[in-house]
Amino acid sequence: MAALTFLRPFLSLSLLVGFISLFELFGVWPLAQAQEGNLVITGSSTMAPLLLEIGKRFETRHPGTRIDVQTGGSSRGIADVVNGLADIGMASRTLNPQEKHLHGTVIARDGIGMILHTSNPIQELTNSQIVAIYTGRIKNWQQVGGHNAPITVVNKAQGRSTLKLFLQYLKLSTRDIQAHVVIGDNEQGIKTVAGNPNAIGYVSIGTAQYDASHGISIHLLPLQHIPASVETVRAGTFPLSRPLTLITKSTPTGLTKNFIHFAQSPEVHDLILQQYFVPLQH
Amino acid sequence: MILFSNNTSSRSNTDRYFSWGLRVLSLLAASLLVLVLGFILRESWMALTQVGLSRFFTDSGWFPTEHSYEITPMISGTLLAAWGSILLAAPLGILSAVFCHFYAPPILGLWYRRMIELLAGIPSVVFGFWGLVVLVPLIAAWQPPGPSLLGGILILTLMIIPTIMLIAHSSISQVPTTYINNATALGLSRWAVIWRIVLPASRVGLLTGIFLGLARAMGETMAILMVCGNVIQYPSHIFDPIRTLTANIALEMAYALDQHRSALFISGLLLMVLVIIFVSIAEVLRHKTPYVVAK
Repeated sequence: MAALTFLRPFLSLSLLVGFISLFELFGVWPLAQAQEGNLVITGSSTMAPLLLEIGKRFETRHPGTRIDVQTGGSSRGIADVVNGLADIGMASRTLNPQEKHLHGTVIARDGIGMILHTSNPIQELTNSQIVAIYTGRIKNWQQVGGHNAPITVVNKAQGRSTLKLFLQYLKLSTRDIQAHVVIGDNEQGIKTVAGNPNAIGYVSIGTAQYDASHGISIHLLPLQHIPASVETVRAGTFPLSRPLTLITKSTPTGLTKNFIHFAQSPEVHDLILQQYFVPLQH
Repeated sequence: MILFSNNTSSRSNTDRYFSWGLRVLSLLAASLLVLVLGFILRESWMALTQVGLSRFFTDSGWFPTEHSYEITPMISGTLLAAWGSILLAAPLGILSAVFCHFYAPPILGLWYRRMIELLAGIPSVVFGFWGLVVLVPLIAAWQPPGPSLLGGILILTLMIIPTIMLIAHSSISQVPTTYINNATALGLSRWAVIWRIVLPASRVGLLTGIFLGLARAMGETMAILMVCGNVIQYPSHIFDPIRTLTANIALEMAYALDQHRSALFISGLLLMVLVIIFVSIAEVLRHKTPYVVAK
């Protein structure tokens, strides 16, 4: 009994640790060699969860194949393809000029929208106003034409791709941001803004548009006069968006070609939507 | 002490098998803890060797993508939230145990205890969700931004009251009736009996409850992640957002790579060290208490 009482405080902690060790198991498989019936995909951590799901579905449709997905960032994905360590690279950014010789296929797009509470009268913010709000130079909605109320700045946790894209777009570094609330996933961000009339946040447009049309009290702001919607993200006109690209060394053949075709097909649109990305229409 | 065969009174084979079975099971349970510790150490080894432990206390902030790993604001966040909730939950829990055992009519006392037991069974994520959609907007309307140290303390208080109350109740019930009868015979009032006799006599149980509550509060993750705001800073008042060590792991682990990932395991390691320190303090305090109630 004494031993049990001693162990009890560790129970919740060990659950957490157990959870992490699961990550460990699935996170760091040794890099497998590219073989027949076996595809190695590395790169962007934004795209990895999506490709993992697409890979699983592909494996069940084509018994005998194995799709191995590893993360490490878009640059690693591109480097691995160039060095022949991976069959397909995942890149969630546009290619640099010196990477243009690679073959890229866009499978979906990712867009981020600024969200406010429905009761907030602000209908548009300029980029410099958003920068000023996120760096703490503007602290009251009155300064941008709203109510006299302090602004609650909602930011994403470090390492999230949404944060990276947001910072890149506004040319900010993580140290510049003066946040009041730091959140993990999109839903938490939407709940936070929906529960605070004076909050501003940014989340994936897919999620925000769905929630806003289902009675959650948030509204999306246009950026540079372009409305934030799934349609403008799909068309590529929304400024705060990026393509999710599969990279190969040359024009894909064989299994690689099959897989990329599959990832482009309407058969995986539900998986793309599940990850709050925007599928392209074909 | 089943470890020594000469202590087991029975010599039958069944008992022998049973005692061996128990030994193996306890060994498994104990080695689990060692394994967890070893695993955390192995995973944090990269950060320990490449970054060094001292930088976790001297860097200029937590910016893991820029290789800056100051962790002290999160230690303060964990300690403030946990101790704040103990300050609220300990008196509430102990007094409800006293109410339950001495003041409430038996039926009410029984149902009250059932209710608290139910409270202990509510998953933490439910507390967190309730905090996010009810408690935080309330605080935001009063003192923006809303997600704050206060929110964390209130949610943790709700979560650890059952632990403290139930353990306090069982140790109060174990105070020998002769103590209470003698004190009543001497003409002491009911409150005097409780305050002077029952509570000091059950001090061990009360302390155990408080430290178990503290350990649970420090290890809590999901609820605290949803109500605390997770901004890395030393709070200047109770309405400021904070980030705890556990929230830090849960927020960033899914997307962390290499050194960043290893640094998160340092968060876990430090949390574990903190819990071990508090459990040891509780053990030391137990043995110093002048009143020991026979179990």
